Amino acid sequence: MGWGELYTQLGGVNKHSTSLGKIWLSVLFIFRITILVLAAESVWGDEQSDFTCNTQQPGCKNVCYDHFFPVSHIRLWCLQLIVVSTPALLVAMHVTYRKREARRNIIRARGDKVQEDLESLRNRKLSITGTLWWTYTSSLFFRLIFEGGFMYILYYIYGFRMPRLVKCEQWPCPNKVDCFISRPTEKTIFTIFMVASSAICMVLNVAELSYLIIKALMRCSQRAQKRRANHRRDFGNLPMVQAMVQNETNKMLLSSMDDSSRVKIL
Amino acid sequence: MNWASFYAVISGVNRHSTGIGRIWLSVLFIFRILVLVVAAESVWGDEKAGFTCNTQQPGCNSVCYDQFFPISHIRLWALQLILVSTPALLVAMHVAHRRHIDKKLLKLSGRGSPKDLEQIKNQKFKITGGLWWTYMISLVFRILFEAAFMYIFYMIYPGYKMFRLVKCDSYPCPNTVDCFVSRPTEKTIFTVFMLAVSGVCILLNVAEVFYLVGRACSRHLQNPEDSPMGAWITQKLCSY
Repeated sequence: MGWGELYTQLGGVNKHSTSLGKIWLSVLFIFRITILVLAAESVWGDEQSDFTCNTQQPGCKNVCYDHFFPVSHIRLWCLQLIVVSTPALLVAMHVTYRKREARRNIIRARGDKVQEDLESLRNRKLSITGTLWWTYTSSLFFRLIFEGGFMYILYYIYGFRMPRLVKCEQWPCPNKVDCFISRPTEKTIFTIFMVASSAICMVLNVAELSYLIIKALMRCSQRAQKRRANHRRDFGNLPMVQAMVQNETNKMLLSSMDDSSRVKIL
Repeated sequence: MNWASFYAVISGVNRHSTGIGRIWLSVLFIFRILVLVVAAESVWGDEKAGFTCNTQQPGCNSVCYDQFFPISHIRLWALQLILVSTPALLVAMHVAHRRHIDKKLLKLSGRGSPKDLEQIKNQKFKITGGLWWTYMISLVFRILFEAAFMYIFYMIYPGYKMFRLVKCDSYPCPNTVDCFVSRPTEKTIFTVFMLAVSGVCILLNVAEVFYLVGRACSRHLQNPEDSPMGAWITQKLCSY
């Protein structure tokens, strides 16, 4: 079980995403997960073994490392990637549920298994409307919150720069001890890279959210316009209007007939 | 055999689970197995190499490590995940048994065409009758195993916090020796995370039990003529 299985799970969601969602997924896998696995893990691989303190006091190195690195960058990014990918699975579950309902309706309507209909249902892409729209936008919203949360935690614990030297005075270190971090520049470069990719993903999510909201508003206004047009058409055909027009005509006829009949009697 | 093949075996059960069962399976794979493999294993990777005692006495390091860590967290979690996932295989075995019976009946009735056999292979069974009991038993075992492992965890490592320092006085360490654990804060964070997700899984299993019991009751009440139990319940309710 590894990133590959997560990729398989999320790749299935890809079919029902918008184009921005597909770009987001590619950025996630190529620029974040692949870079994490292929590059970042080897940069941080010797973080504790090469963390050297200027003391012979046993235990000082362990304690100082624990004080300055409560959670390693790599673990933070792993958790971030897992948690940020999970809302997409909500969408996958909703799509599966909708397809199951549609399948049940097809079978009930046709009475027997119509293979071509069911096959086309399996491959059909559902449009993001109705409750699926709400699920999709909530998943985008949660993604944004989780990304922002993890970026804030990283900034709060470490900032975005890795120093070369930290001064430690935890027990059992005698007085103040200099401790040196391994590969600080390389770690800074990768931290900036991962933070930048994270920011790009957030921008993509915001763009996708705005796109969905605008599309929904346009759809609503189109529906309202159609309803108004239908209402006007129905109102024009009302028999009542015709009856009123007919009444006026009759009145005019009657009034003209009265004059002529008066003349006749007279 | 590794987690990937384990994943392949267990996810086959997914088809015959309820909605809550599928959520449980996703939580298990994503928040427990995946986190264990990609993150937790590297945190505990150097637990023995990084365990340092303030002494030059040979053997003291090993003895103290063994005294304070009889079984590593990682191994406990791996065992927990395997044991907790295994009851789901009971359901898979029951489904396979039913399919086998159906195939036999089909062949006996003379309609053993490949298309019919294929249909049986892809048929999804409803959770009723004997399969309902198997499913319930598997859920009960899941809950029991999870609770048992959380208890074992509490017995071996009381509290969720990992200490920075442990004081060891086992032979051959001279008197009392300070030993320092590697990455205690990171280990505490992951311990809390895994315990929390374990709790969530127990809740999901309990919810699934109630859901199945509720569904079975409503099924019996709706079709009282199909079951004497349903008629009895309906009669009792009417008499109140």
